[in-house]
Amino acid sequence: MTSFVVGAFEHPTRLASDKSTAMLHAEVAAGALADAGLNLSDIDGYFCAGDAPGVGPLSMVEYLGINPRFVDSSEIGGSSPIVHLQKAALAIDAGLCNVALITQAGRPRAEGDLPESAVRNANVPENGFELPYGLFLAASYALATRRHMYEYGTTSEQLAWIKVAISQHAQHNSNARLQTPVTVEEVLASPMIADPLHRLDCCVITDGGGAVIVAREEVARSLRRPLVKIKGADHAVGYQRGFDVDVTRTAGIASGRGAYQQAGITPSDIQYLSTYDSFTATVLFAIEDLGFCEKGEGGRFVEHVGLLSGTGRLPVNTDGGGLCNNHPAHRGGITKVIETVRQLREEAHPAVQVPNCTLAMSHGMGGVLGQRHGCATAIMERL
Amino acid sequence: MMTNIVGDVNFPENQEYWEALEKNKLLIKRCTECRKPHHYPRAHCPFCGSVATAWELSSGDGEIYSFTMIEHRAVPYCLAYVTLDEGPTVMTNLVDCELHAIEIGARVRVVFKRDADGRALAMFTPVQ
Repeated sequence: MTSFVVGAFEHPTRLASDKSTAMLHAEVAAGALADAGLNLSDIDGYFCAGDAPGVGPLSMVEYLGINPRFVDSSEIGGSSPIVHLQKAALAIDAGLCNVALITQAGRPRAEGDLPESAVRNANVPENGFELPYGLFLAASYALATRRHMYEYGTTSEQLAWIKVAISQHAQHNSNARLQTPVTVEEVLASPMIADPLHRLDCCVITDGGGAVIVAREEVARSLRRPLVKIKGADHAVGYQRGFDVDVTRTAGIASGRGAYQQAGITPSDIQYLSTYDSFTATVLFAIEDLGFCEKGEGGRFVEHVGLLSGTGRLPVNTDGGGLCNNHPAHRGGITKVIETVRQLREEAHPAVQVPNCTLAMSHGMGGVLGQRHGCATAIMERL
Repeated sequence: MMTNIVGDVNFPENQEYWEALEKNKLLIKRCTECRKPHHYPRAHCPFCGSVATAWELSSGDGEIYSFTMIEHRAVPYCLAYVTLDEGPTVMTNLVDCELHAIEIGARVRVVFKRDADGRALAMFTPVQ
């Protein structure tokens, strides 16, 4: 891959009562363009997912007033922007566009909208065999988490350490939805949502969003921003077929393998990881499946603030992640790319900045852990 | 337990499954070529692609693969995966038992219940 991330912007709002979803997409696009030093007229590729209003990219292209030569609305849930990052890089490599804009935004908090695990549509083949039993999003993640505990001895305390480390990071982010550090005891004492997942094992519900701009090398080198190269990116789909079921492994094994191979590196080379944290368990599964530890060792890897920047084994989600900072539109993929870019540019908060960070990873899981889901992984390098 | 599904979820090719439930029978789908069972049922085999799949009567016996207790709803319930002795792992509810005594690996047996719309559903209860 030869493309660079030249612009990144996270909307500062977490409650957008006075703005439409379309307006949020436009504001994050403008923010990323300003960050890159580019104009709306420079965009010739556009990527968005189901959070964008309208059919695929059609309404947003018109609303923004852009003229892309290449559009894509690949959808794997909240991590779609990381797939878009890969596809933008591929499109640029193929000569199909030069400057690609990726937006993700929404306002579920203002709208009082709760996340759903399923599209409640009669045409969805699994619905009749799942929804009648009271399946909802956290409950499905809980099924996978409970099985992980059974097979590997993972504990609720270990999961809570994930939240503790990320809440420590969030105290330095003045835009974060939750800025007060929490303790393991506080996580365990919070109300049970779907046993073994507590309320503080779950991500926040916020409005806002973010945007990223991917550009050809010549464009990147013409801009006055640090050079952040996309070194490898891949995605994969995971699912069950009801036989030899294993809900403890995700498609991150495959998406991570692809990204590592392209980048020519191994997990120990990664200095910083932004990974999807819809729930604490989502992080645990990713740490294992991306090879930062053996399968089943994730609990021991994350405990005692193992994910804390500075002293931890691996600094993770230094912006406060979805668990504390932001999960706009019930989707956090774009924020994973944005904080990775901040780290590589040394623009993260000084209290959480990883020293000399030159190689970092963005990883996301969309859909439902333990069931049908998509994972996307991108490795970026500061040149 | 709860249904908020828009429209009719009874796919024509799965009519036999739903009709069997009404007669307190649990069917599973198995490929007659690669012999693997699957779930949820499809007309084709999701392992080998063959369309030579057949319904088979399940013993209704199995064990708990995973579970989660949902206690903040008006009526607490237990969502679970049960692995049937014939092979398929099915989503279900564990019922007619002490929710806090449930354990992964415990033996269970099918019981037939009706949801709020009066539709028959296969659920499971622990056996001694």
